[in-house]
Amino acid sequence: MDLSTGQTIRKDLRLNWIIYLMALPVIAYYLIFHYGPMYGLLIAFKDYSPAEGIWGSHWVGFKHFDSFFNGIYFWRLIRNTVLINVYDLIFGFPAGIILALLLNEIRKMMFKRFVQTISYLPHFISIVVVAGMMFDFLSRDGLINQLIGMFGIAPIDFLKESGWFRFIFVSSGIWQGIGWGSIIYLASIANIDPTLYEAAKIDGASRWRQIFHITIPGIMPTIVIMLILNMGNMLSVGSEKVLLLYNPLTYETADVISTYVYRKGILEASYSFTAAVGLFNSVISLILIVSANAISKRVSENKLW
Amino acid sequence: MGAQTTGEKAFSVINTLLMLLLCFITLYPFLYVLFASLSDAASFIQHRGMLLKPLGFNLDAYKAVFKNPMITSGYRNTLFYVAAGTAINLLMTALGAYVLSRRNLYFKNILMFGIVLTMVFSGGLIPSYILINKLGMMNTPWALLIPGAISTFNLIIMRTAFQAVPISLEESAKIDGAGEFTIMFRIVIPLSMPVIAVMILWYAVGHWNSYFSALVYLRDRTMYPLQLVLREILIANSTDSMSTGVAADDKYAIGETIKYATIIVSTLPIICLYPFLQKYFVKGVLIGAIKE
Repeated sequence: MDLSTGQTIRKDLRLNWIIYLMALPVIAYYLIFHYGPMYGLLIAFKDYSPAEGIWGSHWVGFKHFDSFFNGIYFWRLIRNTVLINVYDLIFGFPAGIILALLLNEIRKMMFKRFVQTISYLPHFISIVVVAGMMFDFLSRDGLINQLIGMFGIAPIDFLKESGWFRFIFVSSGIWQGIGWGSIIYLASIANIDPTLYEAAKIDGASRWRQIFHITIPGIMPTIVIMLILNMGNMLSVGSEKVLLLYNPLTYETADVISTYVYRKGILEASYSFTAAVGLFNSVISLILIVSANAISKRVSENKLW
Repeated sequence: MGAQTTGEKAFSVINTLLMLLLCFITLYPFLYVLFASLSDAASFIQHRGMLLKPLGFNLDAYKAVFKNPMITSGYRNTLFYVAAGTAINLLMTALGAYVLSRRNLYFKNILMFGIVLTMVFSGGLIPSYILINKLGMMNTPWALLIPGAISTFNLIIMRTAFQAVPISLEESAKIDGAGEFTIMFRIVIPLSMPVIAVMILWYAVGHWNSYFSALVYLRDRTMYPLQLVLREILIANSTDSMSTGVAADDKYAIGETIKYATIIVSTLPIICLYPFLQKYFVKGVLIGAIKE
């Protein structure tokens, strides 16, 4: 049965109207819970008072940014945030790649699957439980101290000494994430053309040479994309874990921008000041991800957008 | 394959040893926790070094854990947050994904841009906190369920899956008089079940493990999810309330095993389900990767 043009248009409108209706909650969600807080960032330039609201509060320009940049904690926060993330980038980021390369060299499928299954597991354990386990193993009379005590090493209060914080933070992150991190590289290794390996073998290339000349170049695009994504998260990653693991004794090396925002903002209610700190954090993150993408586009033609 | 050289054999041996070491380092902490939780508190405290089996066998720690009202209410609350939260997540993400997977929708690009932008820039903690406060969601379960209703990353994955549904199917359904809701629930979603399953898992595990939003938005302890209760027991070290009625000397000892039992009780559901769910989790990562 054919419909007249008018009827078709009306039917189209009616169908689209339902689509608009369906889009409504989603649009409302993004406007309220994502763009709402962006609007709320205005308070970084005001002296926010809940009674006067976001728009009604007084403008103070860059006062809060000034006091943050000139505050005694500024450099400590920057140093800790950057160092923890740089260490994570140097040691944590390649860990998954290395594991994927090693797993790929295992020829016994059963064993390979066994290792993979076990190595993914910690990823699903909550960060609270992981931190709780660390507290117990690393305490003054915990397992680690008992073990190193057997070699005559004096007990170390790992989580109360600021010198150990970054090492503990990064290495526990590797413990929890290495298996999960390897998945994507294993998948990308699986996509490499097998004839490349055949040809290399005929040319007499050893396994090492195959890894360096075929496998690693083959997964380079994936590595670059993952690196860009990591750069974007650089300033925010891990704050929930720092919050669980640190204490006033280790603030010196552990306090990062996001934990400082939580302490000053939520616990001490200095909203405008910490909104300014948070905005600074977001802007740096944005700059990092955009420039990582731009650099990558120029040097390797891999890009996120 | 030709004969392996000595170097390659050595590489294989070392590689296998490395992988076994990795498995040991990953698994042993869990085994230690399990053994300690089942041990007799007094002999556990005396013990030094690694545990290869429980010292004695004693379920007192577990009894104390299950008697703790905070643990039981935390468990109940978490189950509620997981169920309600995941349902909201799925509904909202599916709606968004469905709308964005429609062809010829002229505001689609603007919408997409607005959504993707939130992945690289956000208002941050404090403005969100003020917003939640203003909306009257502070100290209500809504604060844990609504603000994270859609994970943009998951939305994009789901949209990609929805776009893969053959358009001819939808067109023939339309000719038969099906509306958008019918197409979405009867055709697109059933045909995208693998992705839906992955999304359910990711969202559910996310709710099960999350503690931060509860820490920020909840004041009332009766609403605490399990992870926040765990934080008090494991990090702030407050097992006293659970060992009441025990002599002071034994309190410390049983407190130690209680911590381990708490870890087991709170982690067991995930560990038990893990072997069955693992492949879906992995599939999710791979689907997510394809979009690049």
